[in-house]
Amino acid sequence: MPSATANREREPVLRGEDIAKIYRMGDVDVHALRGVDVSLYKGELMVLLGASGSGKSTLLNILGGLDVPTTGRVIYLGKDIAVAGDRELTRFRRQHVGFVFQFYNLVPSLTAKENVALVTEISERPLDPRDALEMVGLTERMNHFPAQLSGGEQQRVAIARAVAKQPDILLCDEPTGALDFKTGIRVLEVIAEVNQRLGTTTAVITHHAPIASMADRIITLADGQVQSDRFNDKKLSPSDLSW
Amino acid sequence: MVSLLDRKLLRDLLRLKGQAVTIALVVAVGVANYITLRSAWRALARSQATYYDGYRFADVFAHLKRAPNSVADRVADVDGVAKVSARIVEEVLLPIEGMIEPAHGQLISLPDHGRPALNDILLKAGRLPEAGRGREVLVYEPFAKTHGLQPGSELPAILNGKRQELVVVGLALSPEFVFAVEPGGITVDDERFSPLWMSKEAIGAAFQMEGAFNDVVLRLEPGADETAVLVEVDRVLAPYGGLGAYGRDLQVSHSILTGELQQIEALIVFLPGVFLAVAAFLLNVVFSRLVTLQRAQIAIIKAVGYGNATIALHYIKMVCLIILAGSAVGVVLGAWLGDAMLDLYGRYFRLPIARTPIDLPVAINAIIASFVAALAGVAIAVRRAVVLPPAEAMRPPSPMRYRASPIERIPVLRQITQPTMMVFREIWRRPLRTVLSSLGIAFALSIIILGRFGRDAHKPILDLQFGRQQREDITVNLSTEVEARSLGYLAHLPGVDQVDGLRSTPVRFRAGPRWRDSAIIGLPEDAELRRLFSRQFQPVSIPHSGILVTDVLADVLGVQPGDLIEVELKEGDRGVRLVQVSGTVDEAFGMQGYMQKRALHRLLREKPTINTALLRIDPAVETELQRRLIDIPVVESIHRKRSVLEKFEEQTSQTMHVITLILTLFATAIAVAVVYNNARVSLSVRSRDLATLRVLGFTRAEISAILLGEQAVQVILGIPVGMVFGTWGARTLLELQADPEQFRMPMLISSQTYAFAVVVVLGAAVVSALLVRRSLDRLDLVGVLKTRE
Repeated sequence: MPSATANREREPVLRGEDIAKIYRMGDVDVHALRGVDVSLYKGELMVLLGASGSGKSTLLNILGGLDVPTTGRVIYLGKDIAVAGDRELTRFRRQHVGFVFQFYNLVPSLTAKENVALVTEISERPLDPRDALEMVGLTERMNHFPAQLSGGEQQRVAIARAVAKQPDILLCDEPTGALDFKTGIRVLEVIAEVNQRLGTTTAVITHHAPIASMADRIITLADGQVQSDRFNDKKLSPSDLSW
Repeated sequence: MVSLLDRKLLRDLLRLKGQAVTIALVVAVGVANYITLRSAWRALARSQATYYDGYRFADVFAHLKRAPNSVADRVADVDGVAKVSARIVEEVLLPIEGMIEPAHGQLISLPDHGRPALNDILLKAGRLPEAGRGREVLVYEPFAKTHGLQPGSELPAILNGKRQELVVVGLALSPEFVFAVEPGGITVDDERFSPLWMSKEAIGAAFQMEGAFNDVVLRLEPGADETAVLVEVDRVLAPYGGLGAYGRDLQVSHSILTGELQQIEALIVFLPGVFLAVAAFLLNVVFSRLVTLQRAQIAIIKAVGYGNATIALHYIKMVCLIILAGSAVGVVLGAWLGDAMLDLYGRYFRLPIARTPIDLPVAINAIIASFVAALAGVAIAVRRAVVLPPAEAMRPPSPMRYRASPIERIPVLRQITQPTMMVFREIWRRPLRTVLSSLGIAFALSIIILGRFGRDAHKPILDLQFGRQQREDITVNLSTEVEARSLGYLAHLPGVDQVDGLRSTPVRFRAGPRWRDSAIIGLPEDAELRRLFSRQFQPVSIPHSGILVTDVLADVLGVQPGDLIEVELKEGDRGVRLVQVSGTVDEAFGMQGYMQKRALHRLLREKPTINTALLRIDPAVETELQRRLIDIPVVESIHRKRSVLEKFEEQTSQTMHVITLILTLFATAIAVAVVYNNARVSLSVRSRDLATLRVLGFTRAEISAILLGEQAVQVILGIPVGMVFGTWGARTLLELQADPEQFRMPMLISSQTYAFAVVVVLGAAVVSALLVRRSLDRLDLVGVLKTRE
């Protein structure tokens, strides 16, 4: 397990420098991010904590290549993806990033296995969809359509889909937001396991402070700015979390 | 004051503008089609009836060699005959200055006093010829206009071999010549053919027919048995060289006009029906989606106390606005096109057409029909909105259920990629929608084929008939048989390269109870300028004895090669002879039989004669040759193949271009509406999936392929079906167009026409797809992930 201290010496996998994002809403400029510096280090599990409206989703979207900052740089493998075009961003997401969302976003017309295969078909070094589903404990139900799966199961399929391409970075936006406590813990366990087994750099966004305890590092965002960036010395297993 | 709901309605419509406009256009085209066809049909049919009635168009027609006037009274005495008009009809040449070949006139006698009892003339200018003034003549108005003739103009004519300057005293039309095609002609030719009317006294004097007639037309008593009358009239006229009486159905002008009316009538239900059905289907698709998207809104509106009726009315109003806009455009377009269609008909069908600026009952019917279709289309969606309980409506709809489609079990298809699988499953989830969309595309394609196939059918017919069968440049018809050796005279005229003499004779073919009046054409054994072909386009040679008949005649008589048929001669001894059918030939026109000329002479028990000469000539000296031909007294008419063909090409291409353009535009409206609306709705349903795929790293092109793949499948399925529909529709129209006993158009649709239809439909589909693709590019990747479905 990569230790928090070790990260301090490592090169970041992904680095955001002085990121600002301004949305124009009608006649008003909304400053979602105001000069954020953030790095993701190889193999770590980072939790990005913040209240609703703090800018954490915006930051995650920018780091994941779904959006570009108004100013600032996002450096991945020495390249600034903040100035990349749609084509390059698509390639970045396709090859290097895995996403998990609050509402699972599975394709309803594809079975669990097919949802995973959707990604493995276009990846360069994918896992076998079965292995990915096995990792999240869903081998039994891989031929079910999303409508036939519970919320927690759907979210685990989403995780399997995100990691099946063996991404460099796994970004999870409120992965337990739509789930009850027990199911949520199960999903967090899967995320922690993937992070451990595959060594995938993982960022989990949540507004739920107790979840931060499972992280190697915790960044707190408020009002579009980094409030704190600290290493978690008392990392807990998800099953030990409580709220 | 506009209520809040109405304000929402207008805003919703504005948001749906692309869909509203494309559907309204389909409605507009449907309404326009109905109004165009129906009002043109009504105007033509009504005008035909009024014209026939007012100008006493005859029911029965008969031509004969010559009978004394008293025979007319015997015809009048036949049971069922109400009125008789005995006339003299003669063919004349009109050697008009500046024309290569002479024009052809059909001279019809007018009573010396008063109007004709039947087949009255409609005098458009001038006056009737007066008895005792032998040179006065009425000219067919369109012919007069083409040649700049007016009352007072002189018209050179060769009457019975003698050249005369006739004096035009009036311009006329007649119910007998609504579609004025000359005997044996294939199209209206205002330059080369005119019916002419002269006093009976004058024609009688010119043709030595004083006190006699050679043509009779009859009006039947109401309820009379036409067949019985025909038989009886034939019996009366037989001793006078009767050529067989026939009813209106075989009268050329009438049968062509009636065929045209039947064609329009067939389209009246089909064409507008297709457009309205497509509009109804698309409204169903769009409104079903709209109600699903607006579940929460419906719930809130209900929750704050609006009733179900208000909700239903809200959506119905929205539909009505679309239909209202569509039918308003349709009425204007239909009135304009209807008028244009009558103009087009007026170029070939000469009858006084009673026009109304807009046929109100027709327009009202069209509007009612479009509302009924639209309401039927949205009924299910509106009902869903109405029955939705407010509480349930606040919850998201239950997730769509997908199933594996059976075709996935096909081993090869197990290899398909997941995006392709998404397309398959989406289609499988709503098979009916796919089928109906494909049907819409199929109809669009078939309409384009219907608009264009006409030109395909004409070309091979002309190539065969005028290229391979009729190899002469000029046909010279003689007013009477002459000795075969007169051909030598023609052969020595300047510019004549080759000449063949034909002998034709009118006969009645009979086999058991079946009979037809037609002719036998005797061809010389070594005929160079006339070839016969089988249905398989193989040359057929004429046997030394026996007769070749056209396929259609063999069918009508129910005879096969080897069978004997009776031939009732209508000249000479008018005897009945038995002849063996030795084979069949395939021809586009008529139902004649062919024999070796020598065999025909034996049949007629006559010396070798001819009454038609076929000439192949040197075009460089044609003008001189024509002048010499005109001077031959027995020459009755001269046909120049190239003129006939040019006229035909000119007329068909003019008409066809207009029809092709209009129907192609109409069909495009369907194709665009089907693809655009389906793609729009599909985008609305699947934007979340597609955004997810983009997030996962799929490119724009890849997700476009998923969204548009479904539309592509519908289009591709629709194409072969459309080809079948188009082919079937074309066949139906052909069958209605002409009496196969007179004219047979081969059922031929060229690969260019199919290709044209496919390209137009694909083009329309691609453009519509690109319009929707623009929205795909603006897909909000982030926003869509933030919301629960």
